[in-house]
Amino acid sequence: MRLLEYQAKELFKEYDIRIPDSIASKDIESGRNDAEKIGYPFVIKAQVPVGGRGKAGGIQKCHNEDEFELKYPQVLNMTIKGEKTRAILLEKMSEYEKEIYLSLFLNRSKRCYTIISSAEGGVEIESVKNQTIREVGLGEVTKKVAEEVANEIGLKENSIPHFVDILQKLSKLTVEKEAELTEINPLVILEDGSMMALDGKIMTDDNSNFRHKELIKYQEKTELEKRAEESGFSLVELDGNIAVIGNGAGLVMSTLDMLTDSGGKAACFLDVGGTATTESVYEALTLISKMKNVKAVLVNLYGGIVKTTIVASAFLKAYDDKIIVLPVFARLMGAESEKSKEMLKDSETHLSPSIEEAINKVVMEVNK
Amino acid sequence: MTDIFELLKGNGSEKQPVIVQGITGKFGTRHTKLMIEYGTNIVAGVTPGKGGQKFENSVPIYETVKEAVEATGAKISIMFVPAKFFLGAAKDALEAGIKLLVAIPEHVPVQDAMKTVELAKQKDAIVIGPNTPGVMIPGLIKIGIMPASPFKFGNIVVLSKSGTLLYEISNNLSTSGFGQCITIGIGGDPINGTRLVDAFDMVKDYPDLDGIVVVGEIGGDAEEVFSQKIIDENFKKPIVAYVAGRKAPKEKRMGHAGAIVMGNYGSAESKIAMFSKANIPVAKKPIEVPILLAGKMEKK
Repeated sequence: MRLLEYQAKELFKEYDIRIPDSIASKDIESGRNDAEKIGYPFVIKAQVPVGGRGKAGGIQKCHNEDEFELKYPQVLNMTIKGEKTRAILLEKMSEYEKEIYLSLFLNRSKRCYTIISSAEGGVEIESVKNQTIREVGLGEVTKKVAEEVANEIGLKENSIPHFVDILQKLSKLTVEKEAELTEINPLVILEDGSMMALDGKIMTDDNSNFRHKELIKYQEKTELEKRAEESGFSLVELDGNIAVIGNGAGLVMSTLDMLTDSGGKAACFLDVGGTATTESVYEALTLISKMKNVKAVLVNLYGGIVKTTIVASAFLKAYDDKIIVLPVFARLMGAESEKSKEMLKDSETHLSPSIEEAINKVVMEVNK
Repeated sequence: MTDIFELLKGNGSEKQPVIVQGITGKFGTRHTKLMIEYGTNIVAGVTPGKGGQKFENSVPIYETVKEAVEATGAKISIMFVPAKFFLGAAKDALEAGIKLLVAIPEHVPVQDAMKTVELAKQKDAIVIGPNTPGVMIPGLIKIGIMPASPFKFGNIVVLSKSGTLLYEISNNLSTSGFGQCITIGIGGDPINGTRLVDAFDMVKDYPDLDGIVVVGEIGGDAEEVFSQKIIDENFKKPIVAYVAGRKAPKEKRMGHAGAIVMGNYGSAESKIAMFSKANIPVAKKPIEVPILLAGKMEKK
């Protein structure tokens, strides 16, 4: 899961990493209460699961009540890179001397955790200059390593113990919560040399969720995503009008790429898993029927072991049961494809021998 | 390093014995039958609590991999256990002396995969996966869940992060006359027991090798590291790549645990740029792979 800033900060707090006074809310009434508690001036920060919100206007300074009444709803109703604001964090403005960068992340090709730090923080990681990078195996950071990193990025004497402390706590959090990324950017140095996390980004390993009941409250899933998960599917909702279903993540991504190349817009990415069965395809069509704005369905299945007739019967059943009324354009690879064509010839399902043809047809259908 | 071809082929007179961990589960049962049908020499199963029984009245089942290894001498195991039991089962296998562990389970936690990788290094064993369709030498041995029909024996290596795209692209290759000498499923997880570069090291000296097809996808930097290695080693045999997920949104997991773009890390643009730098053409569609490969072969 990708935690929102305020959720990451809740974990920072739990691990005793210092953060500014801040309160999260989801409506303006609670926001007004929080404003009183925090006291002006403060910043209004959009809570979105995507980077680059500052540039998009998702962080606003607020000096008085008039500004608050104007800006709170503005930020709350904002959509940043396709992501709606989930909540608002009001945060006390902090005075500090310097912004630095610190993160622990899973280096996939080296198969170890890596510390990245730099004395120049506050910008996105791609633009962070003079990065110090240290590999730390399974994520544990010793005092010695933390001190070396502090020295390498050129911290002043009075900041070093604070940095070491925060880095070791961040490492503990990363290992215990099974995070793939924990990032503090910026980590700010105050006048007395101590440090505070002004922003936080945490990405945990979804596959370890079963060991982390305490994190489930942060999980954000739509009703459809929950149903998809129960069926063992992966679903990503998108903003187009053609539902894309397939078996296997790679194949569905590939279908999405080709559809987009041909001018189509996907309404979702739905992977029913490597093996397709009558039940899984029927359930997938049921999920699609609950989605808004879908005008047509594109199905790309590589059967292999599965007979395409089994999938064809799922389509027929879905039409019989009035689960779907939308036209389906499908490419089914596997045994008995001639027989499945025969089965489907009077239905709203159009079978194509190639995915290219199915895509052309579905794009024409939604544009007609 | 353990030689994968040697492990899979054995000494030639007898087929290599293979153990199945989780042989009595629904998925394990189904694929064990299909592997036997393909000609893979399944000699034992392991299911704790079911030791002493027989699978399909013929394959003996043991409590632990150690017992199965002692009884059969197998060095290869394929695993079908649920993700939460993965680490225990992997330890059981590696500590019993398994040299090639094919880890089918999806949804294995990253930390468990990392611990398995560490143990495999100590034991000089190869782990393929987790979340892999498996490994096969077409016509000889299939250790995995891939269907048989897309694959034909030949001299092309296919390395893939995705399962169904491996089938799709191998099928395209086979029908265009490019059979495969080995196909290895790298897996779609963030941590791979056998990384793309490791797989390259395993196959690059294969004497009859005509070319390599890499089926990549968004997430991580395996394709970039692979491309850099091709440049560094000045490898000259034809290589063609495909990258799935060019049009996927950022910061969303696209089905596979590893298929996620964070900033520029893991983006298709980054991968395609590095492939190009290494003079590896990248197909825009799976169907283009054999065409690009044929083009590369001609230029050689």
